[in-house]
Amino acid sequence: MDPRKFRLGLLLAAAAISLAFVAPLAPGTAKIPARSGLWETAAIAGVLFLRAARFADARGVAPGLAGTILAGVLSLLLLRDPDIAGNAAIGFWAIVIATWLAAAMCVVNLSALRPTGKKRRRAIDIAVPLLFGATLFYLWEVAVRGFGVPPVLLPAPSAAAARFMSSLPTLASDFNQTFIRGVLIGYAIGCGAGLLVAILAHRFEFLGRGLLPLGNFFSALPLVGIAPIMVMWFGFDWPSKAAVVALVTFFPMLVNAIAGLSAAGHIERDLMRSYAASHRQSLTKLYLPAALPFIFNALKINATLALIGAIVAEFFGTPTQGIGFRISTEAGRMAIDMVWAEIALAALAGMAFYGFVTLAERATTFWHPSYRT
Amino acid sequence: MTSSSLALPAPRSRSLARHPLVERYAPIVMTVLALVAIWYVAAVAMNWSLVRDGFEREETPYAVSDIVAGTMEAERPLLPAPHQIALNFFDTVFGYPPLAPRSLVYHSLVTLSATLLGFLLGTFLGVVLALMIVHSRVLARSLLPWIICSQMVPILALAPIFIVVLGALGLQGLLPKSIISAYLCFFPIAIGMVTGLTSPDPLQIELMRTWSATPRQILWKLRWPAAVPFLFASLKVAITISLIGAIVAELPTGAEAGIGARLLAGSYYGQTVQLWSALVASAVLSWGLISIIALIERAVNRSMGAR
Repeated sequence: MDPRKFRLGLLLAAAAISLAFVAPLAPGTAKIPARSGLWETAAIAGVLFLRAARFADARGVAPGLAGTILAGVLSLLLLRDPDIAGNAAIGFWAIVIATWLAAAMCVVNLSALRPTGKKRRRAIDIAVPLLFGATLFYLWEVAVRGFGVPPVLLPAPSAAAARFMSSLPTLASDFNQTFIRGVLIGYAIGCGAGLLVAILAHRFEFLGRGLLPLGNFFSALPLVGIAPIMVMWFGFDWPSKAAVVALVTFFPMLVNAIAGLSAAGHIERDLMRSYAASHRQSLTKLYLPAALPFIFNALKINATLALIGAIVAEFFGTPTQGIGFRISTEAGRMAIDMVWAEIALAALAGMAFYGFVTLAERATTFWHPSYRT
Repeated sequence: MTSSSLALPAPRSRSLARHPLVERYAPIVMTVLALVAIWYVAAVAMNWSLVRDGFEREETPYAVSDIVAGTMEAERPLLPAPHQIALNFFDTVFGYPPLAPRSLVYHSLVTLSATLLGFLLGTFLGVVLALMIVHSRVLARSLLPWIICSQMVPILALAPIFIVVLGALGLQGLLPKSIISAYLCFFPIAIGMVTGLTSPDPLQIELMRTWSATPRQILWKLRWPAAVPFLFASLKVAITISLIGAIVAELPTGAEAGIGARLLAGSYYGQTVQLWSALVASAVLSWGLISIIALIERAVNRSMGAR
C-alpha cells in the first residue's frame, strides 16, 4: 500500500472528526463542543489519527486503531441520545465516516505487513478478518440506529444480541431439539451408512460400479425436498428431522468415501499383498487411513448440509420447538430480532460443528502432505 | 505344434458380458433394478395396514392378493409404487396445457425462472468477488475468511426473513426467491474462481511480466483461460444449489406456484403421489440443468482448442 494513500485516508478521517465539531449532530440538538466528556474523546481520536498519519507505516497502526475505537465508541455513545437516534445529521455521519475510513486504513496497512515470525503472522491472519468483520457489524449497527430503520425490516445487531441473551432458555431448548437430536443423530446415521456402503462397494467391484454413478446422480439432486415425506412417515418430532439429515448426508459420504478408498497407491497395495494381508487387515491399515482426507471432506460438506436439512424439515411441521420452527413462527409474528437471534444460534452451532470436524481432521490426518509443512 | 497355432492369435472371445458397453452399464442397470424391486417390496409393506384397514372398514371379504393389488393403487399411500409416480408425472406433464395451474410444467417453469435468475446473479457476484480477491491482497486477507465463514452458517435458515423483509419492501414474486438462490450459489463459484484464477504457474505469470503485460492482459490471456475448467466445475455445483434455494424459498411464503409450493400442498393435503412427482420434476430439472452446463463446457473446451 502506498503510504501516501494511507496518510491521505487518515488525514481525511481527522478532517471528518473536526467537521463533526462544527456541523449539527441532529436537527435541534446540542453540538459536540457543548457535550462534556464527548468532545474530549473526539479531540483525542482526531489527534490519534493525525499521529498515525504522520508515521504512515506499521508504527501508524497502533494509534490508528486506538483512534478508530475511540471514534466508534463516541458514535455509539451519541446514539444513546434519543434526539440523535433516527434522525442523525451530517455531524454524526462525519464521525461514522471517520471511524470507517480509519478502520479501513488499519485493515489495509495490517494486511500489507509481512512479519517474519510464525506467531505474529498467525495473529495478523486472525486480526485482519476480525477487524473487517467488526467494522461491518459497526456500520450495520450505526446505519440501522442512525437512520432509524424500523426493527421489523432489520434489527440492530445489538438488539438481536440483547434478545439472544434474554431468551437463552428458549434458545437452549431449540438447540437441543434441532441440533442435538435432529442433526447429530441423523449425521451419525447418514455418514455411518454412507461409509459402510462405500466399504461394501469397495469390496465388491460390481456393486461399486453400479453405485458410484447413482451416488453422483443422487448427490446432485435437491434431496431436501424429501423433507415433507419424512415428516409424513416419522411424525413431527425429531426422528423425521434425523431421517432427512441422514438421507442428505448419505450420498456425499458415499461418493467421497468410494473415491477415497481407491486412493491408496499401487505400491502400498502390492506391499499389503506381499504381506499376505487379509482384506480386513488391508482395509483397516491401508485403505481407510488413505481414505481419511476424503472422508473428512465429506464430513465437512455434510456438517453444513445437515443443519440446512434439519432446519428445512422443521418448516414442514414440528413440535413447538426447534430452530426452524422458531424462525418461521417468529418471522410470521414480525419479531425479527428473535429470528436473528436464532440465526446467530444456528451460525454459532454451524461454525462450532465445522470447527470440531476440522480439529478432528487435524488430529487424525496430520501425516497427509497438505498438513506436513 | 502346428504352424497355425503360431500364426494367428485365437479369435478374441467377443462374449456379450465383456462388451465395453455392457461392462459399463450392466452394474448401473442392475443396481437401479434392485432399487426399484426394493421400492416395490417397501411399497407393499408400508401400505399394507392402510389397505387392510380400508377393507375391514368396508367389511368386504379380502384375500392377501387383494391387499397386494390394493397397495399398488392406493389413493393416498404412505409410499406410492414407482409406476404410480411415473403415471402421475406423465399425466401432470403431458395431460394439461403447459400453462395450466395443474400442470407440472407450469410449476417447474416458475421454479426454473427463479433458479436461472438467481444462478445468473450468483455467478456474477461470485466471479466479481473472485476477481476482486485475486487482485487485492487486502480483500484476500479480510474478505475471504468471512466468505468461508458464511458457508458454515445454514444460510437457508435466512430464507424466510429474506422473503418477509423483501416483501415488506414491496418486492414480491421472482426476485426474493432468486436472491436466496444467488446467496446460496455465489460461494462455490467465488471459491472455484479464486482457485482457478490463481492456478497459473508463477513461472507463467513471470513470463507475462517479462513481456510487460498489464494486469488486465495477464487476466484475459492467462488467468481467465486457466480458470475456465474451474468455472465449469463450480457452475455445475452452483446450479443444483440454486435450484435447492429456489425450491426452499417457495416453502415459507406459501407461494401458490412452483415446485416448492407443490411439495407444501402435497404434504398439507396428504397427496403423496403428487409430492413424489414434484420430487421427480425437481430431479429432472436438476439433471437437465447440469447436462446443459456440461454441453456448454464441451463446446467451450472445443472452441478453446482442448481435445
